[in-house]
Amino acid sequence: MSTVKLTVNGRAVSVDVEDRTLLVHLLRENLNLTGTHVGCDTSQCGACVVHVDGRAVKSCTMLAGQAAGSNVTTIEGLAKGGELHPMQAAFRDNHGLQCGYCTPGMIMSAVDIVHRHGGKLDEETVRHELEGNICRCTGYHNIVKAVLDAAGRMKVAQAAE
Amino acid sequence: MGVEGIGASVVRKEDRRFITGQGRYVDDVKMVGMSYAHFIRSPHAHAKVKGIDSAEAMKMPGVIAVLTGQQIVDDKVGNLICGWAITSKDGSPMKMGAWPAMAPETVRFVGQAVAVVIAETKNQARDAAEAVVVDYEELSAVADVKAAIKPGAAQLHPEAPGNVVYDWHLGDEAAVKDAFGKAANVVTLELTNNRLVPNAMEPRAAVAHYDQAEEHFTLYTTSQNPHVARLVLSAFYNIAPENKLRVIAPDVGGGFGSKIYIYPEEMVALWASKKVGRPVKWTGDRTEAFLTDAHGRDHVSKAEMAFDKDNKILGLRVKTYANFGAYMSLFSSAVPTYLYATLLSGQYVIPAIYAEVMGVYTNTTPVDAYRGAGRPEASYLLERMMETAARQLKVDPAELRKKNFITQFPYQTPVIMAYDIGDFNASIDAAMKAIDYAGFPARKAKAKADGKLRGIGVSCYIEACGIAPSKAVGSLGAGVGLWESAEIRVNPVGTIEVLTGTHSHGQGHETSFAQIISDRLGVPLSQVSIVHGDTDKVQFGMGTYGSRSIAVGGAAIVKAMEKVEAKAKKIAAHALEASESDIVIENGEFKVTGTDKSIALPMVALAAYTAHNLPDGMEPGLKETAFYDPTNFTFPAGAYICELEVDPGTGKTSFVNFVAADDFGRLINPMIVEGQVHGGLAQGIGQALLEGAVYDGTGQLVTASFMDYTMPRADDLPSFKLSHTTTLCPGNPLGVKGCGEAGAIGASAAVINAITDAIGNNKLEMPATPDRVWHAIHG
Repeated sequence: MSTVKLTVNGRAVSVDVEDRTLLVHLLRENLNLTGTHVGCDTSQCGACVVHVDGRAVKSCTMLAGQAAGSNVTTIEGLAKGGELHPMQAAFRDNHGLQCGYCTPGMIMSAVDIVHRHGGKLDEETVRHELEGNICRCTGYHNIVKAVLDAAGRMKVAQAAE
Repeated sequence: MGVEGIGASVVRKEDRRFITGQGRYVDDVKMVGMSYAHFIRSPHAHAKVKGIDSAEAMKMPGVIAVLTGQQIVDDKVGNLICGWAITSKDGSPMKMGAWPAMAPETVRFVGQAVAVVIAETKNQARDAAEAVVVDYEELSAVADVKAAIKPGAAQLHPEAPGNVVYDWHLGDEAAVKDAFGKAANVVTLELTNNRLVPNAMEPRAAVAHYDQAEEHFTLYTTSQNPHVARLVLSAFYNIAPENKLRVIAPDVGGGFGSKIYIYPEEMVALWASKKVGRPVKWTGDRTEAFLTDAHGRDHVSKAEMAFDKDNKILGLRVKTYANFGAYMSLFSSAVPTYLYATLLSGQYVIPAIYAEVMGVYTNTTPVDAYRGAGRPEASYLLERMMETAARQLKVDPAELRKKNFITQFPYQTPVIMAYDIGDFNASIDAAMKAIDYAGFPARKAKAKADGKLRGIGVSCYIEACGIAPSKAVGSLGAGVGLWESAEIRVNPVGTIEVLTGTHSHGQGHETSFAQIISDRLGVPLSQVSIVHGDTDKVQFGMGTYGSRSIAVGGAAIVKAMEKVEAKAKKIAAHALEASESDIVIENGEFKVTGTDKSIALPMVALAAYTAHNLPDGMEPGLKETAFYDPTNFTFPAGAYICELEVDPGTGKTSFVNFVAADDFGRLINPMIVEGQVHGGLAQGIGQALLEGAVYDGTGQLVTASFMDYTMPRADDLPSFKLSHTTTLCPGNPLGVKGCGEAGAIGASAAVINAITDAIGNNKLEMPATPDRVWHAIHG
């Protein structure tokens, strides 16, 4: 057992976990942040994507101990004070989700994609960048639309700041 | 239509919890004192279980129990059932071997559970499972359907000699023989329909709790039909009587058929929760999903079609071998029979059809209904046949289809189904226009100049949804009725709860069902809640599959609403001192037509519950129930056209365009309908290009993870161009047909027809990987 100290959604936490504990299990089991999902055993599906120090990370690929001292944002921490993040709003407005299981990971990956590519996103880039997130419901059509829509909204929001 | 009523693309009510991480799935459920289960599964496809030694495991930290297959048999927990009886052509009933929840003596597929470890933590259960020693005596195994029926093949169940479950047929053999005797041309096609692994993104899970004081069980489970689960667990598996068993299916992360069935893991979790006196949680991992979720498809078929000299179809003969895997899953027997052969007339006038289906056991994961269930197999066979015929007869594939379309409705096919309505020319015309079919030859020539092989492929599907008239399915062997129930509760302050026996696991019922209420009463969607997925809340229901929820469940809601409105109008008329026949409902108010007198819904509701001033003899309250049994299947149909390019150097396929023109009858929420089509198309394309469960000769599933089984990714798929044509379904009060499976049913043939058109070689099996395509081009 080890004590892992990290910041999750702006809150400092200290958790005692087995050394083999993955970050996703720390979030789900110890912190009850069940919005981050597990959809596979091989780091393919992306349902567990969170942000670690601002970068999208598959939280099933990282030991909890590796996240010590980091700043972690999960899907629960994305909306600010009840106001949806533009990516969350775009997923809703474009019907970019059905069963909702892949959705948290999709949204967290998508935010990272927009951050990395800025306003230069096109459909082909979005499709390529979503390679690490699997959805069985939507055929990706509306997810791609949502990401492109959000990219525009995030640009506007940034310009306004 | 109001802004939130029928026909409005309103955003989904349920989305907020999903996009903020507040969805509640089974693995999110925690209970005080909860323990964790980990199953010990066979690494062999076929073996005798000689002994299980759990002594070391029991000494490990946190271990509460190791329970075996023999114990579950000793406790008289029932064997898994198959709920649809099929009779072979010789009149004999289907032949089935027993399927215990955990195998006491013999394992018949890799992944079959033999024991379970219950421990304080998930990791402790997993660690201890490694220490359980199972002594197996390996037996020879067979995974391939044609190999399984050969003399000398490994035999799975003594009850089913030769591994044959049934040898069934449908149609008129003599009439087909006559048709072929008169034929000017006969077209022959042999094909396989590749086995798919469902892979809903949420793995199956169960949390079971036994309340000793009340002798009552609660089960949280990833189910598409919690009431069916309770019925089966109670009536057949002897877990508990129905009044002592509550089944809850909360948010469920996709189903596609694979979460219809009551699996061994749920049975064991319930049984173990009583045995160890603790709540038990089991959450499958992805490889367990690959090994134990019921698979889909896996047919090998030969088809022959007879044409007259004018290219009119005279007859169709089909012989299919269906791989059932090692055990007969809940609805498996119906899939390659009544959900497959009954759709072999497609959109065409085919005077005579004869289909033979042999259902076969193999040492593989059980196969059952998956995303279309029988209908994709029928549609793929027929639409590959039409394309093959057009090429052989040297006519345009779209023209050959049009020449043979059914144009008069109702139309009785030779294979049971009576199509109520449709307009197949309208959908193919819409698709041809959308893709500029006429301009294709010029585009093909230009691509050729660029070194690319361009192809176009058509697929015109029809499916039977709205499953199904109870009397009809009962006469065909179904063990259940397939009606649906609804209960409408208008609360004293005028908010409305709709309790439905269908289950939403991505379909958006919380929105589209509420739209039906909003449309009728003119109340905002925020005033309407849809309640589903809990046997303690909803009286009964048959669940969601076969694109039935809106056609059957929606119709039940309409029936219950009619009763609510009738009573509410009486109350309003009484309050307004008007005649009941003069009351109309508008914008949430009951108005006396032609006057300015009105009373708002909340006041009517309040009057119903205060009961101070109701018409004489009226019962208080405003709550009504309806059971709706459909009168026929519904018949969604449409035309898909795919245009693509193949790189002859690599065999890689790239989409140029994919158009879909569907007729789903009335659309409640077009945005949701289009989302359903997108997902189905992705499955159809995935089957055509990427997906396939592969077993080796010893029965090992080679493709048992996302590293080995190709799930469609965003960059494997195009954006789709959708359109709709409309014939309203006359069989239900909403005029709806269902849309959940269309894409999965129609898309595969369009893709393979396009690739084979591009490469000029009709011999190509799914999945058409670059390797296969390259060899089809270059030999």
